[in-house]
Amino acid sequence: MSGEAPLLPARAEPLTLVDPASDVPRRSASSGTRARFWSLGSTGLKIVGLAIFAFLLFGPLANLALWSVAERWYTPFKLPVSYGMRYWEVVFRPTGDAMASLATSISIACLTVLVALTVSVPAGYALARLRLPWRTALMILFLLPQAFPSVAIYINVARVFYSLGLTGTITGVVLVHAAHGLVYSVWIAAAAFAAIDRDLELAARNIGASPLRTFFTVTLPLAAPGIMASAIFVFLESLDEFTGTFFVGVPQVTTLPLLLYNASMGGNYQIASITALILLVPSVLFMIVIERFLKADVLSKVGQ
Amino acid sequence: MARPSFFGLLLIAPAWAMIGGLFLYPLGFSLIAAFTEPGGGLSLMHFQKAYELYSTDILFTIFIVIVSTLLTGLFAIVIAGILTLSETPWLVTALRNLYRWPLFIPFIVAAQCMRTFLAKNGLMNNSFVALGLMEPLQTTSLLDWRGIIITFVWKQVPFVTLMLAGAMASVDRATIEAGRNLGASRLRVLIELVLPQVAQTLLVGLVLSFVTMLSVLSVPMMVAGSQPTMLTVDMAFRINSYGDYATANALGVISYVIAGTVAWIYLRHNIKREVQA
Repeated sequence: MSGEAPLLPARAEPLTLVDPASDVPRRSASSGTRARFWSLGSTGLKIVGLAIFAFLLFGPLANLALWSVAERWYTPFKLPVSYGMRYWEVVFRPTGDAMASLATSISIACLTVLVALTVSVPAGYALARLRLPWRTALMILFLLPQAFPSVAIYINVARVFYSLGLTGTITGVVLVHAAHGLVYSVWIAAAAFAAIDRDLELAARNIGASPLRTFFTVTLPLAAPGIMASAIFVFLESLDEFTGTFFVGVPQVTTLPLLLYNASMGGNYQIASITALILLVPSVLFMIVIERFLKADVLSKVGQ
Repeated sequence: MARPSFFGLLLIAPAWAMIGGLFLYPLGFSLIAAFTEPGGGLSLMHFQKAYELYSTDILFTIFIVIVSTLLTGLFAIVIAGILTLSETPWLVTALRNLYRWPLFIPFIVAAQCMRTFLAKNGLMNNSFVALGLMEPLQTTSLLDWRGIIITFVWKQVPFVTLMLAGAMASVDRATIEAGRNLGASRLRVLIELVLPQVAQTLLVGLVLSFVTMLSVLSVPMMVAGSQPTMLTVDMAFRINSYGDYATANALGVISYVIAGTVAWIYLRHNIKREVQA
């Protein structure tokens, strides 16, 4: 910085006083300085901008992490008064509510994946390979539960389920989650089947494999990574689902999001934050591995 | 054209039945409940009641969702624009690795984060005070409509940016280079060359965000407790406190109308585009 300072006055020098011979090099020198000055300024600006962006992005998450290890934290103090893992012990105590909720959440998510895949693998295959009337309309139909204000739907699902004795049961919650996740499983399964080279299936048929055998030994294994990706989507969607469980699952089914909600509304920020962190783990893991499962050739066919 | 495959219909039937039973049937149920009076005839009385009780909340909801959508679009354009047009490699790398983080974070976790972060003595105000940007007495809680908007934007920007950056990456680089060579600034290239080519993707992302934000229950419940609040909270309240399905469903139909208006704008834009093409 200090090395550049003496050059600066050159810029202020009136051009008319400079003799033409020395004008060219001197002007380029001054514009070089100016460029360096600008690039330094813009680099500084970029760093500051990036820092603000990072603060706004990670600040809320940092606050969550702080609350999870804060044993005491009250108003005049900017940081927790005392730290400790006491609440982690409370959460991870085998007999605690949180462990029970975690078990409920994971079993619901697994069952949801099972239900969603059972109906969407055949549907995806049909949409990708067979001739269907109003194919586009059928595809959009699966999007509707996602692209619709869902609260109004769930209160009526809860009402219907009540008359069937399904409110407050795992079955009821699984059905709601599966319908909600169906758009991912059907669309991605259809894209995965559409991305498979048809010649491979024809080759298997040519050497005498039955259609069913071709499907299970050639088509399905080739589509497996895409179907796996859709399973992860459905699993996460179910794990994070709040609204449907709130209306259909109460009071018997308490999943992690409901536990988080109850703890937070009850003012127990430590339990709420730890629950939130547990919910974050699969989400972040998924963000990191998604590209491994969803290949570009499948991704380009999603929704078509 | 061959005739439709019966086998295909058979394969898709279970999935279709699921949507029918768990979405279309309850949807019909909600429409019927909203438009029938206790005696059984058609009436708009539930809408009248919903309007009398919740007209402020209807406007509040529309305001929040529109402002959040516009801000989401603005931030997504800025980030995707930098990712596409910036000539500073380290900035692009850093931004690319940063912006995606909230993408898969559940709304309820985002709500809990913001509930602590934006509070009067939350980490945000504390950081500002520690940096000397603010006096401790000046700090205010942002846990009202501003908190809801901040949470929505925080959560939805990565999603729209991901779609938009993908679309921008497939824009022909030659047009961008040509614009730059002719002396257009990067801002001008972004607004006049790149954006028109990716407008379709941006619109899809924003419409999906709009409807998502309209349906979220956890954020308005956890981030802003008091009145006025969003329609989703009102619906839950009508059900849980009064078992009043009629008014709740009338509010539900109002939220369908809001979502439907946006979908209609999107479709109209699409048709206009196809006519032009």
